[in-house]
Amino acid sequence: MEHMVEVQSVRKQFGNFVAVDGVDLNVRAGEFLTLLGPSGCGKTTLLRMISGFETPTQGTIFLAGRDVTRLPPYRRDVNQVFQSYALFPHLNVWKNIAFGLRMKRVPSATIKQRVQQAIGLVSLVGFEHRKPSELSGGQKQRVALARALVCEPKVLLLDEPLAALDAKLRRAMQVELKRLQSRLGITFIFVTHDQDEALVMSDRIAVVNAGKIEQIGTVGEVYRQPKTRFVADFLGAANVLSVQVLSDNGMTARLSCDDSLVISARSGQLEPGSTATICIRPEKIRVSRSRPSGDCAFEAIVGECLFRGSSHQVQLTTGDESLIATIPCQGENDRPFAPGEKVFCQIESDDVIVLDSANRHSIEAPGTPRSQERQEVK
Amino acid sequence: MPQAVAIQPALNVRRPGWRGWGLFAPMVAWLALFVVAPTAILLVYSFFTGEGIGEVDTHFTLENYRRIFKPVYLDLFWRSIVYAGATTILCAMIGYPVAWYIGRAPASRRGKLLMLVMIPFMTSFLIRTYAWFTILHEHGLLNGFLESAHLIPTVFSHPLNILYTPTAVMIALVYTYLPFMILPIYTSVEKLDPSLIEAAADLGAGPTRSFFRVILPLTWPGAAAGILMVFVPAIAMFAVTKIMSGGHIRLIGDEIQEQFEGGGDLPFGSALGMALLILFLVTYWISAGRSAKVLRGT
Ligand SMILES: Nc1ncnc2c1ncn2[C@@H]1O[C@H](COP(=O)(O)OP(=O)(O)O)[C@@H](O)[C@H]1O
Ligand SMILES: [Mg+2]
Repeated sequence: MEHMVEVQSVRKQFGNFVAVDGVDLNVRAGEFLTLLGPSGCGKTTLLRMISGFETPTQGTIFLAGRDVTRLPPYRRDVNQVFQSYALFPHLNVWKNIAFGLRMKRVPSATIKQRVQQAIGLVSLVGFEHRKPSELSGGQKQRVALARALVCEPKVLLLDEPLAALDAKLRRAMQVELKRLQSRLGITFIFVTHDQDEALVMSDRIAVVNAGKIEQIGTVGEVYRQPKTRFVADFLGAANVLSVQVLSDNGMTARLSCDDSLVISARSGQLEPGSTATICIRPEKIRVSRSRPSGDCAFEAIVGECLFRGSSHQVQLTTGDESLIATIPCQGENDRPFAPGEKVFCQIESDDVIVLDSANRHSIEAPGTPRSQERQEVK
Repeated sequence: MPQAVAIQPALNVRRPGWRGWGLFAPMVAWLALFVVAPTAILLVYSFFTGEGIGEVDTHFTLENYRRIFKPVYLDLFWRSIVYAGATTILCAMIGYPVAWYIGRAPASRRGKLLMLVMIPFMTSFLIRTYAWFTILHEHGLLNGFLESAHLIPTVFSHPLNILYTPTAVMIALVYTYLPFMILPIYTSVEKLDPSLIEAAADLGAGPTRSFFRVILPLTWPGAAAGILMVFVPAIAMFAVTKIMSGGHIRLIGDEIQEQFEGGGDLPFGSALGMALLILFLVTYWISAGRSAKVLRGT
């Protein structure tokens, strides 16, 4: 598959501080890729190296097969939507959007037509003569988007473009952006620290931590099969436990947290006697008042209960371990559990995610993608 | 009750109370005393008749204004405009990059750099002008340096004779007014959002077009203020020109000074002053109009 953007072993240092630490990243043509990570992890720096505002200390960046590592921003076929929008305050909406085309010396008749089209695309008809100072946050955001899209870049870079909008508008814009992207077929690299946003919009997510990409994969892969504790924690809440491997017959492994809690997981190649780290999503723990059939049930004591609108969030204690479960509000669960109540929990072996740990790396053949291995098991 | 409705909005308008006026009063007094009153006196005097040696006949006349249009005075005005214009252009060309550099420097360094710009204000401007004298003199520091660097007689066949030439006048004028160009431009540059420059580059504008399409329009208020603050005083400059040109070059400021000083024609001097004031107003009107246009983006 043709790669629109190839980032090869890119490293960026500010003085002694390493902001981006040896990143490899391939972005396919027409794909919506999200860089997801906490504040300060280097997302913006990585994006700015692709747009040309920062030069990598080491490494190479290819854009549509061409080495652009040392090309200034105005010679690159990418456009960026800035977090602060960076609309030109002295120009009206129309002139802001036309700016890029005028710089490219596009004939004025074409400019007129394309700007009109772009204004229609972002639903700003009638606002052409307003100054940025006369627009709301959401409208500014649309102008910024139109101003970049009208240039028909090979890649559109978006640095937390929705962060300044209120929650409702943000959700609407997420859907709209995603729709625009699939309609126009432009490659999007989208930066956010908001996991929900990343899950809603992306084709693939690259989870960034401390200047490195921890995991890259489709939304489903990254959510269902996080490789590291960081990814599991960052994408949705997760119960992360250290366990002892009791046995592994190649299909099912039996794992124990302490003597009272034994869990089976669907995974081969765990060495009995070794330790592993597992992750369980809160919504995958089934909680009931009566003892369920099936062997993977265990008893727990209800701790704190939080009402979350469509669900209850329940803290459970079993032995020395503490787990968080999310229980949808329906049927018998409509009556919330009371603190101190004794309940039964069940976790399907399919829902136990074994995270990468040192001993797994040594067992796995180098370079074998875990997702593939998983699919074989299924 | 319709009346009550009509009154309501007026209540929301904040009117300065006596405290507000109290704070404002010193400035009003200052302006009245040092700006309005002298200008009014000047205006009245300009319609009187001078009787020589500072004596004044208080009969109304337009003769002083008619006299301004004599070629000798028009020449003086024109030469002043040319010198002030050239000073303004040079100050802008030198001052803009300097202001840009300071405005873009790390915030911690800006204070020190601004300090350097303002150091000349700490000495009398006459002393500073005479300092140029010692530099540009035929046996001064400049020629001394050129000789010891063996640039005389290799590059220059003989010592440079800059003093008492228009070049010397220009050097002194630019030197005197440069800070007044740098400071207002610096204020604009400092306020300029750097992401706008990045946005321009992102949209395909190279350095030149980014400057003319984004940076200059957005820093124009500062540049306009700088132009006013240099052009207006430079047009009325006196003494410096006389010193640096050895009395060869007279500007309108020198003429006015002579009319007021020792036995001149006070009403005629006043009329020249009023003419200068009109020139300032025209300059202001043009530059303010241009600012508004730039800010409108046309
Ligand atoms: N120009 C710079 N000089 C020094 N440090 C920088 C610079 N730009 C970014 N950094 C540092 O690099 C790290 C990553 O920054 P950034 O890429 O903006 O993170 P993110 O966008 O993920 O929040 C931060 O710790 C930041 O302080
Ligand atoms: Mg950032």
